[in-house]
Formats: sequence, structure tokens, C-alpha cells
Amino acid sequence: MTDAKTLTHLERLEAESIHILREVVSEAEKPVMLYSVGKDSAVMLHLARKAFYPSPPPFPLLHVDTTWKFQDMYKLRDRMAQESGMELLVYQNQEAKDRGINPFDHGALHTDMWKTEGLKQALNLYGFDAAFGGARRDEEKSRAKERIFSFRTASHGWDPKNQRPELWNLYNARKAKGESIRIFPISNWTELDIWQYIHLNDIPIVPLYFSAKRPTVERDGMLLMVDDDRFPLEPGEVPVERSIRFRTLGCYPLTGAVESEAATLPEVIQEMLLTTTSERQGRAIDKDAGGAGMEKKKQEGYF
Amino acid sequence: MTDTLTDPIYKTDSLIAEDIDAYLDVHQHKTMLRFITCGSVDDGKSTLIGRLLYDSKMIFEDQLAALEADSKRVGTQGQEIDFALLVDGLAAEREQGITIDVAYRFFATEKRKFIVADTPGHEQYTRNMVTGASTADLAVILIDARKGILTQTRRHSYLAHLIGIRNIVLAVNKMDLVGYDQAIFDKIVADYTEFAASIGITAFTPMPISGFKGDNITGPSENTPWYTGPALIEHLETVEVNSAVDADKPFRMPVQWVNRPNLDFRGFSGLIATGTVKPGDAIRVLPSGKTSTVSRIVTMDGDLDQAVAGQSVTLCFTDEIDCSRGDVIALADNPPQAADQFEATIVWMADEEMLPGRSYWLKIGTQMVTATVQQPKYQVNVNTMEHLAAKTLDLNAIGVANLSTDKQIVFEAYADNRTLGGFILIDKISNATVAAGMLHFSLRRAQNVHWQATDVSRDFHAALKNQKPAVLWFTGLSGAGKSTIANLVEKKLARMNRHTFLLDGDNVRHGLNKDLGFTDADRVENIRRVGEVAKLMTDAGLIVITAFISPFRSERDMVRQMMQPGEFIEVHIDTPLADAEARDVKGLYKKARSGQLKNFTGIDSPYEAPLDPEIRVDTVAMTAEEAADAIVARLIP
Repeated sequence: MTDAKTLTHLERLEAESIHILREVVSEAEKPVMLYSVGKDSAVMLHLARKAFYPSPPPFPLLHVDTTWKFQDMYKLRDRMAQESGMELLVYQNQEAKDRGINPFDHGALHTDMWKTEGLKQALNLYGFDAAFGGARRDEEKSRAKERIFSFRTASHGWDPKNQRPELWNLYNARKAKGESIRIFPISNWTELDIWQYIHLNDIPIVPLYFSAKRPTVERDGMLLMVDDDRFPLEPGEVPVERSIRFRTLGCYPLTGAVESEAATLPEVIQEMLLTTTSERQGRAIDKDAGGAGMEKKKQEGYF
Repeated sequence: MTDTLTDPIYKTDSLIAEDIDAYLDVHQHKTMLRFITCGSVDDGKSTLIGRLLYDSKMIFEDQLAALEADSKRVGTQGQEIDFALLVDGLAAEREQGITIDVAYRFFATEKRKFIVADTPGHEQYTRNMVTGASTADLAVILIDARKGILTQTRRHSYLAHLIGIRNIVLAVNKMDLVGYDQAIFDKIVADYTEFAASIGITAFTPMPISGFKGDNITGPSENTPWYTGPALIEHLETVEVNSAVDADKPFRMPVQWVNRPNLDFRGFSGLIATGTVKPGDAIRVLPSGKTSTVSRIVTMDGDLDQAVAGQSVTLCFTDEIDCSRGDVIALADNPPQAADQFEATIVWMADEEMLPGRSYWLKIGTQMVTATVQQPKYQVNVNTMEHLAAKTLDLNAIGVANLSTDKQIVFEAYADNRTLGGFILIDKISNATVAAGMLHFSLRRAQNVHWQATDVSRDFHAALKNQKPAVLWFTGLSGAGKSTIANLVEKKLARMNRHTFLLDGDNVRHGLNKDLGFTDADRVENIRRVGEVAKLMTDAGLIVITAFISPFRSERDMVRQMMQPGEFIEVHIDTPLADAEARDVKGLYKKARSGQLKNFTGIDSPYEAPLDPEIRVDTVAMTAEEAADAIVARLIP
């Protein structure tokens, strides 16, 4: 148990994240918050609202949309933008749209064009010089070595061997024209911290994190949800109602569900603690290029 | 592999399954400890961290499967699981079997969440270790029981102590490989005690462990019945964290951001560095010294009755006093001081060496000022702690030097306050973080040496000469025509009865600066001295004309800062390199091209052209006479 002068781990994490958000707003010219509508984004948005209260956060939300997100995500996105009083910018890569790039026919190209290219285009279009992202260091090995303030060249590349040292809580936000910074205010949070914080603060999240009967098909060992009628069923394939939920949310055709009965937050946390696989396992994106998949993607400009 | 596993430290499976609400209640009251592990792969550092993650169930089955596959492919433990592969995250590191960068790892027990900074142990990664240590409450110094105290042990201990870590664990690892021999452990502890005292470490906690086998990690080991101290995890769970210590110090909060949503609300946001604050507390804003009283501590969850070190809050005052980013809010009757000259320890972190005299950005708390560092008093050999004479500091070098800032900063000694005593230096051109530093104290002369006020003022000097003082600062490549045009300008001004003085690069180097060469460091000092002389001459009312290559933007900006606003007129004599080289009046380009002359601007030393000069002279389009007329017309319209 703690006395009044010793902060809990969640209080310390919250204070650190708020400090980071305020430093960026003080030192960057045109910041933006990348908002993906997932649980990490939900926590990041909540922290931003706390950091600047009673003012609304002094930057817009940017959703780099692939048009293939779950319908429930679009609903929560619009609701949260309204509740927070922040401007919501939605960007879709026109070229990907024109060429009909989709996760069923184009695999890795889908992520590359809609997300990686879409993000670069959106940042260039609006001239944002600082972008908040909800990545955590416990997610993946190359993230564990990324700075909280992560610099990108004018072409949005990341050089893992040439990162600025980050001492104490002193962040160097200076950069040349054209360069930008990605800032990860929840770098030091773990998946359990995120869930506990959502629980304690009653933060709204997408209902897909909770178990419900949903139409699914099984492909390549992944349970996929048939979220709309764009889902091409193979001959003989019939969606089956299963009790499922999601541990992580992305494009619905690329996001694997888990069979679960966890319908409340404590049950979700319980299941997470007793589970034996990591949360990104349901994502196809980390599996290519051996162990260095994410590191490679980040060097190319992926968030 | 399963035979090496011990009981997990996350012994809460049953509570998770039976009563998740009770579990959550326990876990939301956890505290947090940040620590650093010091050692190399050879000491079993990565193995120890992998062990901690594994035992606390932070490794999932899919990660474990990948780990087993990797262990067989590139591991160093034969068919056994190689925990080191878990933590060496970047592809380059896994291939080379070394840890290049700082990586942060997370695990938790029922009592605490832990953040581990995993940093490489080799001397060429000193900066990485200092970075990892800067946020740590505790350091685990790993020793291979077979090898005892090595040079790197001394280095790691010195660095941990330097950065102010008070809790040091001496983990004598690989005890399984020395038969759990108490005599070996006792000998290492005795050796370390002697060494530690010599560098000022008064207390540390030694423990015999095996990261590989799991001895004394989560609980007492049967293999070391002679050891009665705590296991590593027990110690980590109970040791005092920094934020608790900071809470007992006087209140200080650097202001990050002024919160002003409307005319009725004005709050000051920041992270409390030390102490506690309550509504009704008398506070003082520094450096202005204005006082007021805290009226509210505002958060989105409602106003607070009290806030402590480590919390991010927004404070409101009862009075409308000036307060902005960079100011420090402190206890009214016990405020920190402000000064502009200091002694500090500096850890150099850039590939380019430190240039004494050059202006760098200095960030301390939320204050950003311009600072210049003097030649180091000494450099410390990080292996032997000997003091060495040094002219500069290069990558990973640690030294003690005086520095001065262009305006007063609110500070405390690093030993008393990490937030108001720890700083970084930022290169003004590349924007890289080039150094970290720790303030020791302000120099007496900053407090006690005041400007001598003279009765005949600079305005009086200028009025006597019936002119406005100025510095015409010519910059450009060698052979661009600086001296020629400067000479014409001075002749024209003399004809107009203006009092002038021409400071020429070559002439100054024969006298005032004859001790300086052409290295980057000497070029910086050359310009600094010329700037100071020019400043004295403007005080005397003169129009000063300087003709120096002055290749670096940051030094020209430094001189600009020395002068009164509007008095510094930068004149870029802009000649393409090819033209200057074709003229080669003094034959210097030829010598430089043949390698006889080193550090020649434009050839093997850079020229940073002005971005926005007051006057730009295109010598290809203009004759020297035309250029001189244009400059005079700009000066005296």
C-alpha cells in the first residue's frame, strides 16, 4: 500500500505522458494526434484531454483511414471527436482508392498504400511537424528501442542507429524544416496498464473488444469477422455465428478474432492475463521479413 | 529447457481466475521502480533480463516459440533457450550478438511495476548507459563470479554514481559456474567495498545469483544457504523510489505551458519536480521573484487538496502575476537561485567534438538558453577515474568545465535536484543532442562581479562622433573580395567624416589571435575574440568593419547576439567557389587542393552561407566599387 507521497505506477505513467504532450505543444509548430480508434488511441486521447483541461487539446485528431476498418470503429471515432471538442481530419489515399487496393486482393500492398503512404501524404498535405502516436515499447522488439521523440527525415524515414539520446525528462524537439517528429506519449505503458487505466477512468472503447455473437469465417488459422458485404466468401464458405472479441483492432479483413466469453472489462483483463499469446499475434503485419518486420516497416515510414 | 525454470514471480494466477476484481484492486495500488542493468553480454545481463521477463510471465507462448526457434538458429546456449535473444531487439544487434542501444523492458509483480533500461556495457556505449541511468532509481551492476571486478565494473559504478543513483545492487552472477562458493562471493564483495568507498559510494547491496539457473532471483536459493540477504526481486520490490525522496524536498515546478481557455481562467501547467503544494501555499515565480498564493490545483478529475513531486498539474494563483514557460514556481520563502555562470560535469554524446566557445542551446527543465562551454578543467578517465588534461571533449568523454549562459537560469545543484540541475546541450545547426550535463554550482563571479558603470556612456561616445555605431560583418570564402571591398568601404566612410576601424582577418591573426590555428575549435575562438573587440569598439562609438571568412553560422549569430539590436549588419560577399578558386590571389586554393594546407574553407572545411544576411553582394554581377557604394548607401541612407 502507498502513502500520500508515493504515486502508483498508473499515476506516474499518466504524469509522464501528460508532461510529454505538453512539451510537444509548447515546442512544435503544428502538432497532430494520430487517432486509430483502438484502445491505445483511446488512452492517448484521454491523456490529451487531461493534459490541457479545461482547454480542449490544442491540436486536431487525424485518422488515416483505409476504408476497411470495422463499422463500430467509425462510430466511436465520430463520437469521441465530438465529445473532446477536437477537429477530426480523415485522410484516405486517393491513389489506393482509385486503384481499388484492398486487403483481400493485394496483401502487403494494402497496408503499404493505405497506411504507410496514406500517413505520409496526410502529414505532407497539412504540414504537421509533430505527430502523436499510441505505440508502446512492450509491443514489439524494435519499438523497445525507439525514443519517445522519434525523428523522421523529410521523406519520413527512421534511422534506428542515429537516434537522439533522451535523458531525464528533457526532450529535444528542435528540427530542420521539412523534418518531423513522431511522439509516443504512452511508450512506457504495457498492455495491462492500458486496460487498467481504461477500467479506472471509464474510458469509452470500441465494443468489439468485448465478446458478442458475430458472423465469422476461419481462414489460414485466423478467425475473421464478416463486418460488411464487401467480404468475398469463397465457394461453400458460410459465415458462422461465434462468440468472439478482438484484442487489437485494424482493418477487419486483416484482424484475427479470439473466441471468448469475456463481456466486461474485468473479464477482458482476466482473459488477457491468463492468455498465452501476445496481442499482435492476430495481426498479419508483423509476420513478414523474419523477426525484423516492424523495424523494416518503420524505416520505410510506417508509424 | 524446462529444467531451468523456477516458480514464476507472478504468483497470482489463482487470484486472476477466482476473483479478478480483487486482483485489479491489488494491482492498481502498485508503485513503480525504474532500474538499469550494467554489464555486458558476457556477464549474463541479457540473460538476467530475459529471466526476469520469463519468470514474471511477460513472455507469451508465441514469443517463446519464436525464441526457441531463434535460440537454435543463432543462439549461444546450444539447444538451451537463449534469453538474450529476447531483449536484443534490432536486427543488427541480433546478428552481431551485442546490444547497441538503450532498450526499455517491462515487467510487474504484485507490488511493483518495473521499467528496466537495458544498455550496452562497452566503453564506446558510455553515452547509452548515461542515458539509461538518467531515469533510474536503482542500478544492478553485474559481475561474472569467475572474473571478479573488472575495469568495466569500475566504469559502470562510476557512471551510476555520477548520474546520482543512490541504490546500487552488486549482482555477482554465474554463481552456478563457481560451485556456489561463498569464499569467492565474499572476496568480490570485499574488493568492491574498497573500490566503492574510493569513488564515494557508501552503500550497496551485494547478492549471489544465477540468471541462467534462477538462483536468488525470486526467492532464496537452496544452493546458497550461507546467503541470508534478499533475493533480487524482493529487494527491487521494497527499495525506496526517487519520487518518494523528491516529495520531501522544497516545492519546485517548472512551467511548461500557460493554460488560458478564456479570460476567466489562467493556469500554469507543469510536472512537479520536488516537494508538495496545496491551495493557500505562498509561492514565488522565478526568476522574476514575484509572489502570490496558490488558489486551485486543477485537474480534469476535479480540484486537488494537495499535489506531490511526480504529478502533472495545473496551478492557479490568487493574483494576476507574470508567469510563462521557462519560469519556475517555488516555495515563497525557500526559492532556488538564478545565475549565468556555472561549473558542470559534461558527458559528450556526439561524434563531432565539443567546441569551447561555440554557442549551443542549453535546455534545463523548461528553460532554453544559449550557452558556451569553456575549455575543460579536466577530463575523467572513466576506467581509472584519473583526471586528465583536455582541450576538448569527444564522443563518450566526461569532463568538468565552466559554462556561461546568455541569460540567467533558475537552477539547483544536480545533487539536490535532477530537474533543475540536469541539462542537455543541442547543436544549433544540426539540432542534435550533443551532450548531457550536471550543474555543480554557480560561479561566484556571476553573483559578485557586476558591470562597472562608467560616466561617459556609449551613447555619449557616439554622440561626440556624431554617428550611430555599427558592425559591418563581412563573411565569405577566401578570395571572395572581403578585404578589397571592406577597404573601399572604409575609405568612402572616412571621406564622409565617419569614425571607423577595419579589423582584418589576416592582421588580427598576426597579433591578438596569433596563438590560434585553423581547427574548428580555434576558428570558433578566433571569431569570439573578434566579436568582443568589435563590441568594445562600438561602445567607443566606432563603425567597425570586419573581414573574416567566419565560416560558421552559429559563431556569426553569437556575435550578432553580443551587439545592440540593429547594430550588427551581416554582409555576405557571395562568390561561387569556382570563381574564388579561379582568382586564387594568394595561391591558397592550390595549396589546399594539393593537400599542403589543411582545414581550408570550401575545400576540406565547410562554409555555412548566411540564410538571411542584411546585405548580399554578388561579386560576379558587381564590381568592388559598386559593391562598396551599395554597402555605404545601406549604412548611411
